[in-house]
Amino acid sequence: MADDGGLTRDDAAYVARLARIDLTDEELDLYAGQLATVLRHAAQVAALDTEGVEPTAHPLPLRNVTRPDEPRPCLDRAEVLAQAPAVEDGRFRVPPILGEAL
Amino acid sequence: MTGAAPGPMARPALDLARGVREGSVSAAEVVERYLGAIGEVDGELHAFVTVLHESARREAAEVDNKVAAGEDPGPLAGVPVAVKDNMCTRGVATTCSSRILDGWCPPYDATVVQRLRAAGAIVIGKTNLDEFAMGSSTENSAFGPTRNPHDPGRVPGGSSGGSAAAVAAGLAPLALGSDTGGSIRQPAALCGVVGMKPTYGTVSRYGLVAFASSLDQIGPLSTTVGESAVVFDVIGGQDPLDSTCLERPVPRSASALDDGVQGLRVGLVTELVDGVDAAVGARVREAAEALAGAGANVEECTIPELRHGLPAYYLLAPAEASSNLSRYDGVRYGLRVDADTAEAMNAATRAAGFGPEVKRRIMLGTYALSAGYYEAYYGQAQKVRTLIIDALATAYQRFDVLLGATTPTTAFALGSKVDDPWAMYLSDVCTVPSNLAGHPAVSIPYGADDSGLPVGVQVLAPALGEPVMFQVAAVVERSAPRLAPPRVRAGTAAS
Amino acid sequence: MSAPWEPVIGLEVHCELSTATKLFCGCRNAFGEEPNTDVCPVCLGLPGSLPVLNIRAVEYAMRIGLALNCEVRPSLFHRKNYFYPDMPKDYQISQYDAPINVGGWLELPDGSRVRVERAHMEEDTGKTSHIGGGGRIHDADHALVDYNRAGVPLVEIVSAPDIRSSAQARLYASELRGILVATGASDGRMEEGSMRVDANVSLRPAGTFELGTRCEIKNLNSLRSLGRAIDYEVERQAGLLEAGEKVVQQTRHWNEDEGVTVALRSKEEAFDYRYFPEPDLVPVVPDPAWQAEVAASIGPMPAQRRAKLAGLFGSTEPTPARTDQIATVVEHGLDGLVAAAVVAGVEPGLALARTSNEAAADPVGARRLDPGVYVALLRMEQSGKLSATQAKTVLTEMLENGGDPAEIARRRGFEALEADSLATVVADVVAAHPDEWERYRAGDDKLVGFFTGQVMRATSNRANGKAVAAELSRLRA
Ligand SMILES: [Mg+2]
Ligand SMILES: [Zn+2]
Repeated sequence: MADDGGLTRDDAAYVARLARIDLTDEELDLYAGQLATVLRHAAQVAALDTEGVEPTAHPLPLRNVTRPDEPRPCLDRAEVLAQAPAVEDGRFRVPPILGEAL
Repeated sequence: MTGAAPGPMARPALDLARGVREGSVSAAEVVERYLGAIGEVDGELHAFVTVLHESARREAAEVDNKVAAGEDPGPLAGVPVAVKDNMCTRGVATTCSSRILDGWCPPYDATVVQRLRAAGAIVIGKTNLDEFAMGSSTENSAFGPTRNPHDPGRVPGGSSGGSAAAVAAGLAPLALGSDTGGSIRQPAALCGVVGMKPTYGTVSRYGLVAFASSLDQIGPLSTTVGESAVVFDVIGGQDPLDSTCLERPVPRSASALDDGVQGLRVGLVTELVDGVDAAVGARVREAAEALAGAGANVEECTIPELRHGLPAYYLLAPAEASSNLSRYDGVRYGLRVDADTAEAMNAATRAAGFGPEVKRRIMLGTYALSAGYYEAYYGQAQKVRTLIIDALATAYQRFDVLLGATTPTTAFALGSKVDDPWAMYLSDVCTVPSNLAGHPAVSIPYGADDSGLPVGVQVLAPALGEPVMFQVAAVVERSAPRLAPPRVRAGTAAS
Repeated sequence: MSAPWEPVIGLEVHCELSTATKLFCGCRNAFGEEPNTDVCPVCLGLPGSLPVLNIRAVEYAMRIGLALNCEVRPSLFHRKNYFYPDMPKDYQISQYDAPINVGGWLELPDGSRVRVERAHMEEDTGKTSHIGGGGRIHDADHALVDYNRAGVPLVEIVSAPDIRSSAQARLYASELRGILVATGASDGRMEEGSMRVDANVSLRPAGTFELGTRCEIKNLNSLRSLGRAIDYEVERQAGLLEAGEKVVQQTRHWNEDEGVTVALRSKEEAFDYRYFPEPDLVPVVPDPAWQAEVAASIGPMPAQRRAKLAGLFGSTEPTPARTDQIATVVEHGLDGLVAAAVVAGVEPGLALARTSNEAAADPVGARRLDPGVYVALLRMEQSGKLSATQAKTVLTEMLENGGDPAEIARRRGFEALEADSLATVVADVVAAHPDEWERYRAGDDKLVGFFTGQVMRATSNRANGKAVAAELSRLRA
């Protein structure tokens, strides 16, 4: 983060890489500025005293929702692959992968 | 006027269903009438992304066959329903108004779509929305904006703007929308129709393309409160395909409609009236007086924590969205922009496939979750969510329902807020608290502002408080000043 | 050369659970199907789909936790966000800071203890094949993805850095595999990838406590490669440290053919996973009643079973050879056969030998054996009705096609010789080989083998080796 609490182009570029979206420098600058605006309003939230307050991830009190270990019909492969941009040998084809699975 | 007879306004959906069930009109005729209406005015409104001529006719024929065979065609027999295009329909393109889903046809139906059809309803088309339901004006659609039937120069609200405009203009008697921060209620208010956001977990999200999973709920839009109650009863209930669906049966809401408000405690929430446009605030206070006149105990109350709702929402929703939208990577379905490596292909595809608002929210949410900022932003917003839930719980010890405006303004001009995201985000200030708390809320048309644009009044209730919420909403509806019919309206659609 | 350095090793083991269906959908959890045939909207991550948790996967995870002496706790699922083509949602549903099992330990056959930090549930990814460039990732022309494995339930078992050698690491992995199999939660097949081991290796000066910089080694597909990779990595890091260089924290890939570990490229943002609670799932809270029910469904663990077998030989410490035989028998779940035989009066050494050698060679057939019939066979050998060679032949046939040992022996003409006719044959053989006999008399006991061979040939293997030896020494006396 820049000293003024705003976002630098580099901050935005890092976030864009995390989100895996190609953005132009113009877009990076635009979003850096707009994010900063939202974050300034968010600062109001950040400033609140929430000592001892439990976070709510979810509005429901539900627990232990499960299903039985019983097979259900799978999709038809032809129908599945028909939606794919590229297919080979009944599998989804993608360009060579640079990074490794982690 | 407690326990008064139903109001004078038409209830197209229920009247049609009765007609079809009694055989006085065929589902086929009804469908043709609405297909005609869509053909007549949707060129100007652009409420629909896809109109389902063939399948709608097929479904109508099935309903008519059931009637002929003496079988029960269901409570919504032959009623056309416009479905927001972020709900999956088997074999029918489901676009979320995004380029990135280009050409994608789901291999399955959303649970709500199955339940509508089981009730005899007919899916007549898929309606326009802000891309992936991110927006408050339906201007963020890859297919161009939807216009407000009351003034085509203005927005219908959003993100369910297509559904709201379709019902307002009489292109469908009923519609489904999804509400993450107000996306059903806000366009309903701006288009002068009823729009309802159910208790989180009462309506299955299976088949609803996720925006922010812990906030999203599907709900009805209709011309009258009674019709929304019926649709809610039809689509609600547990679903083994949605882990966050409540086990307890949905309370039958339609039954409570005519019970009146005698003795009910109504809290007029300062934070949901002050600071909104004068005309809007005035309508809300008139509605409060009407409820008092009908026998309710109305009191003004203040819930300061609600002021934190909007900033908290704009951290939580984008964070969940940034993760929910990762899957659009060009590998399995939809758009692909080719490149030398898989990584470059992902990035190019997402750059070309997502519009500016979606990119903005993904950036915001990714940042809020990224290393070093989680506690300050996402974690803190979750705690604020708790504060708001607790504050509402306290209020509901004193009140059965809460009352306020649905939106701070009436419909604004197309393009007037696109360059100022925060100004646009402010449209949700009155609606986000119910999403953060998972509570139900409904917007009821209540007259207009000086330029004749519709105003919406919002009734809020605690979790699973739909029956009392509809009960109060029905009385608000009966006391509402008449609203001039929309300028853009299908002459043939009135029934 | 790594003498002054103490290896500090922790293992992360991913094991696939033997459920009928995947973790969050009803697709079959199967191995080796046609690509993309076990898929549905949920495990393909199609828009609008939602996960629903498989209750048996939860109970299998609890079994593993209980078997590893963990505390089973209320748990949450999180989303681990990163992009990879074989991950349909581009996030993995995993357990992060609230795993279902924490704080356990595993005692190894050598008596050492390795602490288990956690054993949590998560979903598996699909399978990527790199095409072209000889399958080497970096030279590949393109990649193909099969999602049959996507969403298969995994339990990830993370040990504390308590392991100090490659041998101990192998011991830990094989003991863990035995436990997984014993719980019924997983089949523990490393070759099929249903048990996958990653090793975190660092060095520190012997006698110090502060941990050094670690490297994570992946792609260890057998106990052997686990051992080799750790040995290589220890040498590599020791080399760096002794050259005054630093070990860089990184993930490394074990190359089995070249016997080296190679650094994986990782981007700056690669580790910023943006974990947050999975909003599509609700917490899993195993109450005491549920835990008790699951605990009751687990059989005895390998260690207990080995101890029980050893007990059959009385209080004396079993020999190393016997310890190995016991381990083999337990590893293949054949301890029931041995126990049944001993109870029926078969000499424990014989029961253990036949079970750990012949039976264990065909564990599938062995688990089909009716203990009564197996005992009958061992009795025939013990009473001399069958020679060892004959008994092994009969047993091999029983393992293949089942059947009754007496009947098989009869069909093969295996009724052993009466004592007197054996004496005659031995006498004839001795007469036929005077020179060998002289050397034998002179004390060259190696010739027992020669004479036994001759007798076996003369009797077409019907003689009992022990009896022949006895007769020879009788004649020499
Ligand atoms: Mg893992
Ligand atoms: Zn599946």
